[in-house]
Amino acid sequence: MSLLPTRPLTDTSNAGLKAYLHGLPGVDAVGLEARAATLATRSIKNESKAWAIDTAISMVDLTTLEGMDTPGKVKAMCAKALHPDPTDNTCPSVAAVCVYGDLVTTAREAVGDRIHVAAVATAFPSGRASMDVKLMDTKQAVADGADEIDMVIDRGAFLSGNYSKAYDEIAAIKEVCGDAHLKVILETGELKTYDNVRRASWLAMEAGADFIKTSTGKVTPAATLPVTLLMLEAVRDFETKTGTKIGVKAAGGIKTSKDAIRYLVVVNETVGDAWLTPDLFRFGASSLLNDLLLQRQRMRDGHYSGPDYVTID
Amino acid sequence: MTFEYAPAPESRSVVDIDSSYGLFINGEFVEPASNTFLKTINPATEEVLSEVAEAGKADVDAAVQAARKAYNKTWSKMAGKDRAKYIFRIARLIQERSRELAVLETLDNGKPIRESRDVDIPLVAAHFFYHAGWADKLEFAGYGPDPKSLGVAAQVIPWNFPLLMLAWKIAPALACGNTVVLKPAETTPLTALAFADICQQADLPPGVVNIITGAGETGRMLVEHPDVNKVAFTGSTEVGKAIQRAVAGTDKKLTLELGGKAANIVFDDAPVDQAIEGIVNGIYFNQGHVCCAGSRLLLQESIAEEVIDALKRRLGTLRLGDPLDKNTDIGAINSRMQLNKIEELTKSGEDEGAERWSPNCPIPDKGFWFPPTVFTNVTQAHRIAREEIFGPVLSVLTFRTPEEAVEKANNTPFGLSTGIWTDKGSRILWMANKVRSGIVWANTFNRFDPTSPFGGYKESGFGREGGVQGLGAYLHVEDPS
Repeated sequence: MSLLPTRPLTDTSNAGLKAYLHGLPGVDAVGLEARAATLATRSIKNESKAWAIDTAISMVDLTTLEGMDTPGKVKAMCAKALHPDPTDNTCPSVAAVCVYGDLVTTAREAVGDRIHVAAVATAFPSGRASMDVKLMDTKQAVADGADEIDMVIDRGAFLSGNYSKAYDEIAAIKEVCGDAHLKVILETGELKTYDNVRRASWLAMEAGADFIKTSTGKVTPAATLPVTLLMLEAVRDFETKTGTKIGVKAAGGIKTSKDAIRYLVVVNETVGDAWLTPDLFRFGASSLLNDLLLQRQRMRDGHYSGPDYVTID
Repeated sequence: MTFEYAPAPESRSVVDIDSSYGLFINGEFVEPASNTFLKTINPATEEVLSEVAEAGKADVDAAVQAARKAYNKTWSKMAGKDRAKYIFRIARLIQERSRELAVLETLDNGKPIRESRDVDIPLVAAHFFYHAGWADKLEFAGYGPDPKSLGVAAQVIPWNFPLLMLAWKIAPALACGNTVVLKPAETTPLTALAFADICQQADLPPGVVNIITGAGETGRMLVEHPDVNKVAFTGSTEVGKAIQRAVAGTDKKLTLELGGKAANIVFDDAPVDQAIEGIVNGIYFNQGHVCCAGSRLLLQESIAEEVIDALKRRLGTLRLGDPLDKNTDIGAINSRMQLNKIEELTKSGEDEGAERWSPNCPIPDKGFWFPPTVFTNVTQAHRIAREEIFGPVLSVLTFRTPEEAVEKANNTPFGLSTGIWTDKGSRILWMANKVRSGIVWANTFNRFDPTSPFGGYKESGFGREGGVQGLGAYLHVEDPS
């Protein structure tokens, strides 16, 4: 017996996957939440706060995923993604914009190749569609210029113990992604238990995810600090085992700079410096960016401005 | 990119330390008849914080007399619901002054502000709240229809959790209707003196609580005083034995909470990331100055290597330094004397062939410091596996079967606490019945709560503090433990 899976995953039948995933060490919920709560008490001040705010801005996937999205809305958001604070050239761009598949072309035209364009795919957010539809959804988004795909796992398959269905689906989507990076959304708010989150993380990483992502933002709870800590432990252990670094994206429910800094502290003290880059850690958010900008302006000017001093897109 | 945390020190301006303190006897601060004083220093900087009286024989007499008078005239006659009002008032004042008390504790003791702020002081208030609730309900505690108080309690407490140990002693004593003479440790008297101020603020009748400062000799005179009815001591096993000898043949009721050498046992099905946190919290919390510290890590041999690697990785993230910095995890060792003891025992560990490891962490120039340390290749025969180090030093041993884990856990003269890490509930219950220790933690470590009795087996002492069981130590009843 060993703590981490010792062998490469060769048997991807449902029985093989089950043995593999159920061999992972369990998670004690009380202990996990206590650790996250302790890390949340870190006090980040002055120059470290300024650094953390800029780093957080550069890690944002600026997102709009609404039925009422229009090309106009997406173009405006793209402009903001490139220059979050039009009054200050030193403010970094965000990492990516994240949109539904039909708006990828608009987004790509607006941002060029200056930042990434992420498309949600595979019948986001429920994932309830046929495999053909999911593949088509992904292919189309990549063809239209998305270089990042945010797919959802089949939670129904996962929760019913049909691990191979969830696994095969991720592997198939990865295949059609080509060079596009694949972010796999676990929708932890529907997986419910931390043991499930750990298993789903390993399932996604083994199946070819470049990133594992907490949530769609359409289910409550979305990202939480303990869940993100747990997923960071999973990518840390996966690197120990395989040498490959997988990214983590915390999405939904992160609204304040204070929250964002807490996530960065958890990244720093769980996986360390190597993950403190937009290549390996992202925030999926919309309203977070403005709070980061307000805090940034306060640190620059020495006083708070107000919501009319940042743009609404 | 590197995420450096800028210094985030808690402000010292919330505390106001006098240059000199007298003794708190009969509700007021008085100059000591002994006219001698001790200095108390900040162990993180060696700066002198204040000087406090060293109580002599006449002072101890005066304090016991004041307590006796308050017992006879006021406190023993007061209705429980009225005692409760005073204790509730003290609890609320502690909450109101929590920031000040946390900073003072950190200055005098060296523990990180994160711990004094988030653990010590909230627990202090919780102990007073909990026991205030008992004061008018003692007839329902299971000690008979009308349990009686004992009289004057002589209480001597250690330096590792200065105000918390005071709370563990004073709260149940007052709730049960006793009066108190308490002596804090010589290196950490300041929060006890702040507590004296809180007693004044709460209008506690004079003499119900008396605080006398001093060193070992003062403590000896106090526990040997012929007019005390109860002796309660928390501290080293050596001093505990001396007290028990001194009290033998008298009718004083005695409780002792002494040393420990707890086993923290990790099975191969443990929730490993949380177990690592539990190991760290078990031995590096409060610089290992914890009687129930998980100083012996027992690892199932099949996972030992992986757990040790993960533990070392985690220790690399611990932040040692200024105890007042809100991001500090490991503070200062409380005294030069304690540092010398830790150094002596760790040297014996190396001499006896155990393998020593510490993370690469810079040590401040001034003050008393010891890096978090792990010894591997330790056997039951090593001194570091048998003697209490009372510092941030972990001895790692291995076992093969649950039976062997129990045998090794019990193979110590102490018996205060045990930690068990496994996903299997039935094994937790089986182990808890087999290990001879007063406290068993399952998938956690160093959790304290006023409702839960705390105390030891064997050389870890006897009697319980906290919970309904703890009340028995301050009432005329057969000790239920």
